[in-house]
Amino acid sequence: MSSLRILVGVKRVVDSAVKVRVNSAQTGVETANVKHSMNPFDEIAVEEAIRLREKHGKDVVQEIIAVSCGPAKAQETLRTALAMGADRAIHVKTDDNLEPLSVAKLLSKIVGEEKPSLVILGKQAIDDDSNQTGQMLAGLLNWPQATFASKVDIKDGVLEAVREVDGGLETVSSSLPAVVTTDLRLNEPRYASLPNIMKAKKKPLKTVSPADLGVDIRSRLQTLKVTEPAKRQGGKMVASVDELLDKLRNEAKVL
Amino acid sequence: MFALIRSRVMARSRFAGAIPGSKVCTPGASALLRHYHKPSRTASFKTLTKDDLEHFKGILPAETILATPAVGGSSDPIELEGFNADWLNKYRGNSQLVLRPKTTQEVSDILKYCNAQGIAVVPQGGNTGLVGGSVPVHDEVILSLRNMSRVRNYDELSGVLVCDAGCVLEELGNYVGERDHIMPLDLGAKGSCHIGGNVATNAGGIRFLRYGSLHGSVLGLEVVLPDGTILDNLSTLRKDNTGYDLKQLFIGSEGSLGVITGVSVITPQRSSAVNVTVLGVTSYENVQRAFALARKRCGEILSAYEFWDATCMGAVLHHQSLKNPLSAEFPFYVLIETSGSNKDHDDEKMGGLLEELLEEGIVEDGALAQDDSQIARMWTMREGIPESLAKTGATYKYDVSIPIPVLYDIVGDIAKRLESAQLYKPGESGFPVKLVCGYGHIGDGNLHLNIVAEKFEDRVTNIFEPYVYEWVKSHRGSISAEHGVGLMKRDHLEYSKSPEMLAYMKRMKEVFDPKGILNPYKVV
Repeated sequence: MSSLRILVGVKRVVDSAVKVRVNSAQTGVETANVKHSMNPFDEIAVEEAIRLREKHGKDVVQEIIAVSCGPAKAQETLRTALAMGADRAIHVKTDDNLEPLSVAKLLSKIVGEEKPSLVILGKQAIDDDSNQTGQMLAGLLNWPQATFASKVDIKDGVLEAVREVDGGLETVSSSLPAVVTTDLRLNEPRYASLPNIMKAKKKPLKTVSPADLGVDIRSRLQTLKVTEPAKRQGGKMVASVDELLDKLRNEAKVL
Repeated sequence: MFALIRSRVMARSRFAGAIPGSKVCTPGASALLRHYHKPSRTASFKTLTKDDLEHFKGILPAETILATPAVGGSSDPIELEGFNADWLNKYRGNSQLVLRPKTTQEVSDILKYCNAQGIAVVPQGGNTGLVGGSVPVHDEVILSLRNMSRVRNYDELSGVLVCDAGCVLEELGNYVGERDHIMPLDLGAKGSCHIGGNVATNAGGIRFLRYGSLHGSVLGLEVVLPDGTILDNLSTLRKDNTGYDLKQLFIGSEGSLGVITGVSVITPQRSSAVNVTVLGVTSYENVQRAFALARKRCGEILSAYEFWDATCMGAVLHHQSLKNPLSAEFPFYVLIETSGSNKDHDDEKMGGLLEELLEEGIVEDGALAQDDSQIARMWTMREGIPESLAKTGATYKYDVSIPIPVLYDIVGDIAKRLESAQLYKPGESGFPVKLVCGYGHIGDGNLHLNIVAEKFEDRVTNIFEPYVYEWVKSHRGSISAEHGVGLMKRDHLEYSKSPEMLAYMKRMKEVFDPKGILNPYKVV
């Protein structure tokens, strides 16, 4: 099998264990002083790239590149990817809010420069739940896509993936290059081991700007307001059927 | 004079593989009594009558009373099971009455009456104790604090929390957590244990290394004495040197001097940056060297230093369905946690420590948690050990304080003795003893030695009891680092305390509880 390069996209998001709150300006979720970590689906993406390399060997999977678009702290997430086993990292640095289409455009430029045969992204980020970037990227590149993948393999230059769809499981195959987005059951990501953390410190991390890539990242959407969902009312205990009927009629007003 | 408890008491009960939090019905009570050597019931304690129940009905709301037909009530005895049996399903009493008061005044009225009538009482919190201190021995009335569970006051500026004794530790943790603070202690039983019980047993736990003992973090107590007197020492002052600090007597008294009804405790600021790493170490000596280096490089942010051996790791990975975070199996595993206010600083300190541990060859391999769910899983590897051992078989537990350099020696020692007696062969099944292992708060010099057997039996117990106590005594250690005395260790205190000290403890008991009705048969 000819050698291939894998590009993995990772995003720094609020940690999945955090109880998020709407910020006082009601423009979004409070992110200051809140624990952040790598998007769980992106961890799975990094893990899958490493597993493909472990399975097919370093001659086949020559390089794994991790990419992240975001502010300075996005580098922490790239360091995690390197500590898991990625070879080098690219940081597209911007403090602006990025929509999936902007990210897809940035990634497509990186793809043009780095020429990977496979791009693996998480199916969605747990902060916006957009589930768009992978699909848009495939569209921009005019590449085949295998989204919601629960199984991925490459056989003789052909991508084979099992997708989790509403009706069950769908097996697809496509030529390379291709875009894959990961679903939860694809794998269980490894921990960042000490030896790898030490090695990661020496791995290259390149920083570029959206302007360097010639991409316009202006938002096309404006968020008007963000509020918490209505608080769930506690249930009430009733002592008799009569009381139940009374409450249904006069309080809940459903009778 | 109470009858002497034979050291075999804890070996006698049939172990039914209890899982914490669940109550398993063990084989019939008569089978238990056959194996269970209890001190005989003090004749002077009154046996409850219907009149007593009527009196309690007069001073408490009906729904707070659980009384069996034996004392004139209508509750099925099975409803009292959870109160009569302990967490390990090892100790069981036969109380016929459970009272669950809602106010301090009700507690006072109950105790005043019981004291006058000579009725024995067992105070009970979350019932998660490991030395049989929280359940009746015979038919003592169970005084449960679970209905007193309100936070009375919380001052975010000073971090002082004032609450009822029956508040569950985890819920308090959530409450102060929402206000950016943490409880000064944390232990595996947090989902069930009460702060009152924690204080009564001077509980230790995994945060002890950083935040110290409850003797330091408890600022005040509200205690009801055995005669009903309410001692209000519920202060929120950090500094108060006006006379003898009586609350210190109640902290760790295990419910034998008074019933704690209110607690005032200082809560530390929550750290925004937490790092957890699990390390593979090849020798116990390196476990100690890693500790020394951790203190040097990260002392000011170090919040936990725990260790466990390969046997424990095997049990916990199997029963908790976890993956080994390291590339290989190691004789010892260490968990280091740092907590600080600045992530960048802490990452640098932790990174520096890990690099040095690797370079010096003190540590062979390790994993650093990258997010909160990995942190939780790593902590499960340590906190899940007791439950995993319990699922493996009948567990003998010894919670000891020994000087750190020789702390692990006792594990190997016991293993050898069991092997010589043909009762154990490491790694092989078919022997009466399945596992011998050690884990614990090594940073505090506290080892939890566990021997897991097919069942509790004399020929196994006799190999290490009283040998363990003698071993600990020879190193001037403590036979109970944090679990307390309860029923289990009451007759072995001489291994760790001088006769003069024990004599004065008995005198203190007589001062507060002259009729001896509060938590009898235990502690002193």
